[in-house]
Amino acid sequence: MTKKILLAGAALLSLGVASAAQAGPTVDAIRQKGFIQCGSNTGLAGFGNPDSAGNWKGLDVDYCRAYAAAVLGDASKVRFTPLSAQQRFTALQSGEVDVLARNTTATLTRDTSLGLEFAPVNFYDGQGFMVQKSLNVTSAKQLAGATVCVQPGTTTELNLADFFRANNMQFTPVVIESQDEVVSAYFSGRCDVYTTDASGLAGTRASVAPKPEDHVILPELISKEPLAPAVRQGDPQWKDIVTWVHYAMLEAEEKGITQANVDQMMTSADPTVQRILGVTGEMGKALGLDNKWAYNVIKAVGNYGEVFERNVGAQTPLRLERGLNALWTKGGLQYGQPVR
Amino acid sequence: MAETGTAPGATPVARPPALAVGPLGWLRTNLFSSWGNTLLTLLILWGLWRVVPPLFDWLVTSSLVNVASSQECRGAGGACWAFVAEKWRFIIFGTYPADEQWRPSLAVALIIGMMLFSTWRGAWRPWLGLVWLGGTAVVLALLWGGFLGMTYVSNELWGGLPLTLLLTVIGLGAAFPLAVLLALGRRSDLPAVKAICVGFIELVRGVPLISILFMASVMFPLFMPAGVTVDKLLRAQIGLILFAAAYQAEVVRGGLQAIPKGQYEAADSLGLSYWQKMRKIILPQALALVIPPMVNTFISFLKDTSLVIIIGLFDLLSAAKAALTDPAWRGFYKEAYLFAGLIYFFFCFFMSRYSQRLEVELNRSRRR
Repeated sequence: MTKKILLAGAALLSLGVASAAQAGPTVDAIRQKGFIQCGSNTGLAGFGNPDSAGNWKGLDVDYCRAYAAAVLGDASKVRFTPLSAQQRFTALQSGEVDVLARNTTATLTRDTSLGLEFAPVNFYDGQGFMVQKSLNVTSAKQLAGATVCVQPGTTTELNLADFFRANNMQFTPVVIESQDEVVSAYFSGRCDVYTTDASGLAGTRASVAPKPEDHVILPELISKEPLAPAVRQGDPQWKDIVTWVHYAMLEAEEKGITQANVDQMMTSADPTVQRILGVTGEMGKALGLDNKWAYNVIKAVGNYGEVFERNVGAQTPLRLERGLNALWTKGGLQYGQPVR
Repeated sequence: MAETGTAPGATPVARPPALAVGPLGWLRTNLFSSWGNTLLTLLILWGLWRVVPPLFDWLVTSSLVNVASSQECRGAGGACWAFVAEKWRFIIFGTYPADEQWRPSLAVALIIGMMLFSTWRGAWRPWLGLVWLGGTAVVLALLWGGFLGMTYVSNELWGGLPLTLLLTVIGLGAAFPLAVLLALGRRSDLPAVKAICVGFIELVRGVPLISILFMASVMFPLFMPAGVTVDKLLRAQIGLILFAAAYQAEVVRGGLQAIPKGQYEAADSLGLSYWQKMRKIILPQALALVIPPMVNTFISFLKDTSLVIIIGLFDLLSAAKAALTDPAWRGFYKEAYLFAGLIYFFFCFFMSRYSQRLEVELNRSRRR
């Protein structure tokens, strides 16, 4: 009898110890159900959209796969909940999704009053201008007197007015509600300039324009749109995982670890590479994960550069430049904190 | 005298003037009877000449079906049916796993089969309800799977036509009995029952469907204890049922009010109970009367189900929109909407024609 009680006590104790070393409630729940529930876009080209076979594709989507690879060791163990813009925050707050990777701009009020925690920015966007090449414009500062196509009711419209006022220029807005119509108005020559987020401009030019080479996207960005994955407040360990998956993907790119060479890299002599891939050190344990967490991520989706190029990069119909999203070593803003 | 002496049968038949009969006569009486009509005819002909050839050219002559990539379509002046060829599977079945496509196909076939079967009046027996109940259960089981070697497919992956039809069929099927009860309740002499029914109908009819869906998808989870989530599809379905019930209840009430008071009194004088009176005398007449407005609500409900996109479900229309977000196939709006529109038209037109036939058959006694 005493032996049984002792055994039970030992079992309880070991359980307690085990759970103390484990990750927070979100990760426990994910392990228990066996998949990550990821809030995705209902359809945004290059970031989260279903392909012809109904499989989710995109930059944000690959992040969800990466989280699954890190936590469960299997990138396919993720389910997507397409969320509309209005619904996305409630879905995260109510626990319907574990993480929201849905091109959401990180802002102060969302971080505080909506009870979200933003992970590092996985895509830096900003509002830009596209003009007809025949106008011979090379800078937004030369747009005085231009006719500008813009969608109403968004910060886009306000940023546009601010920019022209700040630079003391006149412009004629052509305000059109629907996205399709505003685009076709621009391409039919109704206005000289079309303004929206830079990624949207590039995508529109590459895939909708009758002749993409007739249009130029000007270098200036007039607003900041840092798009970041978000999690619920109150589970710091889950937030850590979401954060460090991103940094690991950046570190991997910096160190030249790719989906293709990750197995060879396991034998690399570089101590940083060894730490990232879990050959040495206890990086995974510190996050409450397997030490091969980053190896699994890179094996499944590749490093940040690969994810970018596969979904929105130069070889895709969207043909986006790395720009702000280049590594800090190449003049961009993507700066991975050290995995050590 | 020779002429007048001939028999009447031998009179040479004088043909009417060429302008009064035949195709020319038809043209004259129908299209060119006055200068105003002539002008209208010419205007319409001119309009057709301006519209039809370019439309035909866009739809058929210049359209592209087989292309290597979407880039080929962009330069062409015609419709890009290659878009539909590439995306029809996604538009019709949404994100349902492609390997298991036979399951939603069979589900759609079953639902259409049940609809056709129900149009046969010989099937109008109490067991028809059981057929629908069983059929719907089979459809749901087929879509969910998880037995007999079929993999489990969670319902957030359902989409396209099966989802639209399921939402419609379950929505209307569950709403109809509720609507009859609500209509009876609204005309009831019991104050409590009446107040509840009036309150429900006015409340639900007083807000747009989109706000009911928002309530179901955005507000409802916040009221639940943390960690408890009710399935998204179920929430949307219940919202749709309540909405449909409120509208149908008013349609049924219209029918109840159209039945002459004598019918109620005759039933009472026969000593029938309330439910007997309703079931055997009043409702059969009332429901036959309200077929046109009822089908009207059915058709608009089928199309209203496309609002479920706001809660992230890919019904037929939303799937067509999502197909347009594929980076390689952006911008083919006309083709996508035409394709989705054709499918909607097929179902709505079928309902409309059938209701017309039904109306003639059921209201034979009233025709003069």
